[in-house]
Amino acid sequence: MAKEPHIIVQDLTMAYGSYVLQRDLTFTVNHGDVFIIMGGSGCGKSTLMRHLIGLKAPAKGAVFYGDVNFWGAEPVERDRMMRHFGVMYQSGALWSSLTLAENVALSLELYTTLKPAQIREIASLKLSLVGLAGFEDYYPSEISGGMKKRVGIARAMALDPEILFFDEPSAGLDPVSARLLDDLILELKESLGTTVVVVTHELASIFAIGNNSVFIDAAEKTMIATGHPKRLLEECAHPTVRNFLTRGEARAEVKAGERPTPCFLA
Amino acid sequence: MALPELHLEKTADRNLRIVLTGEWTLANSLPSAQALEAVFSAGPEITRADFEASGLTGWDSGLLTFLISVMELCARRNVAVIRDGLPSGVNRLLALATAVPERQGARRGGAHVSFLERIGSAAIDLWRSLLEMVAFIGEAFTSLVRLLTGKARFRPSDLILTLQECSVDALPIVSLISLLVGLILAFIGAIQLKLFGAQIYVADLVGIGMVRAMGAIMTGIIMAGRTGAAFAARIGTMQVNEEIDALKTTGVSPTDFLVLPRILALSIMMPLLTIYADLMGIFGGFIVGVFGLDLSVAEYYQETIKAVGLTNVWIGLFSGFVYGILVAIAGCMRGMQCGRSASAVGDATTSAVVTSIVSIVVATAVITVLCNIMGI
Repeated sequence: MAKEPHIIVQDLTMAYGSYVLQRDLTFTVNHGDVFIIMGGSGCGKSTLMRHLIGLKAPAKGAVFYGDVNFWGAEPVERDRMMRHFGVMYQSGALWSSLTLAENVALSLELYTTLKPAQIREIASLKLSLVGLAGFEDYYPSEISGGMKKRVGIARAMALDPEILFFDEPSAGLDPVSARLLDDLILELKESLGTTVVVVTHELASIFAIGNNSVFIDAAEKTMIATGHPKRLLEECAHPTVRNFLTRGEARAEVKAGERPTPCFLA
Repeated sequence: MALPELHLEKTADRNLRIVLTGEWTLANSLPSAQALEAVFSAGPEITRADFEASGLTGWDSGLLTFLISVMELCARRNVAVIRDGLPSGVNRLLALATAVPERQGARRGGAHVSFLERIGSAAIDLWRSLLEMVAFIGEAFTSLVRLLTGKARFRPSDLILTLQECSVDALPIVSLISLLVGLILAFIGAIQLKLFGAQIYVADLVGIGMVRAMGAIMTGIIMAGRTGAAFAARIGTMQVNEEIDALKTTGVSPTDFLVLPRILALSIMMPLLTIYADLMGIFGGFIVGVFGLDLSVAEYYQETIKAVGLTNVWIGLFSGFVYGILVAIAGCMRGMQCGRSASAVGDATTSAVVTSIVSIVVATAVITVLCNIMGI
């Protein structure tokens, strides 16, 4: 099956004021990928996601959705494009003044002409998809962290988006819940045919769900690997990537004065 | 328990032996590494230092910090440090502490900022916050235009909840404060007016004072502390929880969704609260007049009606309306500008109250001067 590009990132430079976080990021996310954005803590993974979902403008470079330049588009057009994304935030970011059903229903109320009863049904459906049937009228403060993340997913799926973004889905969850969440992401991707972008540094998740990835590094301030995580583990010789993917077992070291070659697998 | 002691002995050629004895814990006062400095500068050149720790009975982080400063001192003077004589636990911790070299440029602070630089950056900050304020007001205004053209999106239930929060829920405190302000005005006025036997004019003083200015100002200040602070804290917390980001990516303008209903609610409710506060204030004056100054109920009532013209009521209402908008804008703006930490929410709340009160006082001055110019 020929792969069709969905998101193209070109020469992206991310900066806070004059402090450059990452430069020269160039990669492609294809339709139907589970694309992993990985890297050590503080390297700018979440910031990269903020660039992709329209919360922070790049200092340089461009992000294309299909053939539309996302940040070059008119704000109205960009808002319209953002409606095709679903985003799950790290801690859920549920609106605390709304019940779970209302959280899921808000975008439906705004962008569809459905009747309240129908909206309520859809919201219940989405909640049952993430295993939270019956919790419609709870408030976010009344449920656990893992449940909040799942409601976050339900909310992200409300408008049946083309792309789902996940910011650290398994952070702060016990191993079993994290595994269940991974399964859920895969299941949704298979059944809905969405493209999924996941920011994470959980190795288990990376190998379990990812089929494409980019590795960004805080020290070099740019990307040092792309490709299928399992192939990166087998083929990539870059010490930082090897250490990361083997949880430090590789004990590879960067020798002083040497610049290891990045591995960009097609 | 033996006290920690430090002895320095010159042993072999150019070798310094550092002898540690006693209990090297933070609970005892520990010798300083400066003693070495004296030995290094005094005697013949020393190129090597080792340790003798057989007399050491106990140690904790105190010993480690001492050793690290010894090592730094020796490194500066090119003295080789032989750590063999130290207990193995100490050695391993030292190895751990020195394993990762300090990251270049990671250390912060300590740099002296000159007075001029501080004035300069304060001025730049002030200018930036002014720009942000203008941008926020502009955004709130375009959002209002969107509302009038039927494009703004917020939940009516949010508006109703906010209306309730800044009206019914505020009544008890507004009652108390306005009543007391009326009482105070009456008492202060009575002291002077009694001298001329003109107690009846207490009714004029309290009536005009409350209706034209004090009712609106006191309500504005109460709402700044109560509702404006709550707006800032609420929106600020939403900022910390990424809820604002979630609104943006859902395609909802946070200004439409959060700011607009709050500005609407306060600008509707403030004039109503102002009328209520005026009445309570006049009632306060009435209590003093009737029970303290022996005025009759009818007298006081007649005098108040005569003194308080409709113009004064309108000025008071207009002021209340303006204060409502100011408090709502200040609260929401500080909330939206909030950083991403718990202390930032606190700062946002404080700054919302300060901004509200300052702008209320400035607005009062402007309104008073304008009324004066127009002769009303």
